[in-house]
Amino acid sequence: MCCRTYFSTYVSCLIQECQTYFSSRATHNPVCFQKGQISTPVEILDAKTKDKLCFLDKVEPNATIGEIKSMFHKSHPQWYPARQSIRLDPKGKSLKDEDVLQHLPVGTTATFYFRDLGAQISWVTVFLTEYTGPLVIYLLFYFRVPFIYPPKYDFTTSKHWVVHLACMCHSFHYVKRLLETLFVHRFSHGTMPLRNIFKNCTYYWGFAAWMAYYINHPLYTPPIYGEQQIRIALIIFLFCQIGNFSIHIALRNLRPPGSKTRKIPYPTKNPFTWIFLLVSCPNYTYELGSWLGFTLMTQCLPVAFFTLVGFIQMTVWAKGKHRSYLKEFRDYPPLRSPILPFIL
Amino acid sequence: MNIYLIVFIYLFLNYASQNEDGSEVELTSRFSTTLPGVAHVPSLTATVVQERRPLIVAVMSAAASGTSKAAHGDVAAKRKKGPGALATAYLVIYNVVMTAGWLVIAVGLVRAYLARGSYHGLYYSIEKPLKFFQTGAVLEILHCAVGIVPSSVVLTGFQVMSRVFLTWAVTHSVREVQSEDSVLLFVTAWTVTEIIRYSFYTFSLLNHLPYLIKWARYTFFIVLYPMGVTGELLTIYAALPYVQKTGLYSVTLPNKYNFSFDYYTFLILIMISYIPLFPQLYFHMIRQRKKVLGHIEDYGKVE
Repeated sequence: MCCRTYFSTYVSCLIQECQTYFSSRATHNPVCFQKGQISTPVEILDAKTKDKLCFLDKVEPNATIGEIKSMFHKSHPQWYPARQSIRLDPKGKSLKDEDVLQHLPVGTTATFYFRDLGAQISWVTVFLTEYTGPLVIYLLFYFRVPFIYPPKYDFTTSKHWVVHLACMCHSFHYVKRLLETLFVHRFSHGTMPLRNIFKNCTYYWGFAAWMAYYINHPLYTPPIYGEQQIRIALIIFLFCQIGNFSIHIALRNLRPPGSKTRKIPYPTKNPFTWIFLLVSCPNYTYELGSWLGFTLMTQCLPVAFFTLVGFIQMTVWAKGKHRSYLKEFRDYPPLRSPILPFIL
Repeated sequence: MNIYLIVFIYLFLNYASQNEDGSEVELTSRFSTTLPGVAHVPSLTATVVQERRPLIVAVMSAAASGTSKAAHGDVAAKRKKGPGALATAYLVIYNVVMTAGWLVIAVGLVRAYLARGSYHGLYYSIEKPLKFFQTGAVLEILHCAVGIVPSSVVLTGFQVMSRVFLTWAVTHSVREVQSEDSVLLFVTAWTVTEIIRYSFYTFSLLNHLPYLIKWARYTFFIVLYPMGVTGELLTIYAALPYVQKTGLYSVTLPNKYNFSFDYYTFLILIMISYIPLFPQLYFHMIRQRKKVLGHIEDYGKVE
């Protein structure tokens, strides 16, 4: 009898030991500290109200911000790590997940300020949603689904072969984007604010519907210069699609899987990447080229608007990227422009 | 003649109340700060008050700041300095001229009413100054873009372009609505609002803001804003049948650019857009009022 109670007590103690061991492992706070390292207490305050939200009394000096975020998440389960912005100063820059506690300018007690970034959604999810929309929507217009055009045109097909070509190009473009999102891109940030999915989808889906309406309209007028114009446009489009894809592959190969390292991209053996000599963000250059080709192919003003708006947005992004390249790398090639060689 | 007298008295008052040191300006525009309600980017503060901004204001500002990728890096909050001495002088002149201009319109309306004995068809008597000074407000977008006024370019642009749209694309373009009474309704609302607003800016720039002007600016809108919106909506509604009949500003298929635009539908969409926008802007102003006029003990009468 007493053997059994002894045994059960022993087992429960063992279980408790295991639990403590594993939970401390999860918080990267080993039961025995390494020699010479003093654990630092960490307190997290709200950036706006300065209320003390969390106090972690024993944090390893070589703990990363990412680990601290996980610990903070435990005490406040509604703020998952992707939603947390941890910073040294209430109005300062957000610290990166990879930053190590002991390398930060903190005192004996590390004080961090927290800001809620709001509900987050992963980039992959956003990309997949915003690219599937145009693919499907364009096809709805292409097949002339009812309630779009006058009823006598329902489920008819256009008599102009350029309309079929445009559908293939448009669909190819978005299928390419979806596949790249799934298999090629390596994202620096895991998430973005939830609000963005509505904004982005409205943009992509709205423009896709607007363009598709006119291209697939029964009263569509084919390009003035006919076959010649369409042929040139198709060549431009395909050239830029291949170019865009080559750049995405080149950028992917810069970064080993799972890492967030940043390196200067250089031209590779692929001739399509030689544009890196002149441009920081050739993926945007090629994207602009593709849409210019598509505009020429369809000779449609809404497509031109879409190209213009996209160009403005991509220029903003390219300038930002170019600036951060210049800031990060001292030896950044001076000949490069953000998006258009020598111009912009 | 009496118009010039009013302008001259105004200029004299402003000159007399000018101070030399060019101290930091506190400009509050109708829609306060520049930066977004996007979650993790702290907003720039140029005004005294900072509160939760309506969604439409946040969306517009977010649009102004680019997308998530551009806004992803955190920006350290900077305290925007006021405009330099030259810019302040220019802005004072601009605001004085605009105040004078809208006073001209106001006086013109009153004179025409007294001359005719009725308030019908008064638009024709102030048509030219209205067009001139309302279009002149486009400069304000430039001021924001250059940075001498700490307002959002997108918000100011939206505000000004909606006024310009009503002046040119509706009232000027559709002659038949010019004799409507709804035109008088919004012109009156605009006139009173703009006189107060520009004099508010003028006095603010000169750091001698009489409490009366501040009070007027944050109180009159309660009546003027709905009045103006009603006038605008009625005018657009009155224009609809003529637009549909004549196909004004509309493009139909087929054409070689494969584009179409139906101005009639566009006007209807504009009218519908008032439904979400107006309450947000209105209650934003009411919140502003509580905060600005709530500090009655901090701000005395004329300094």
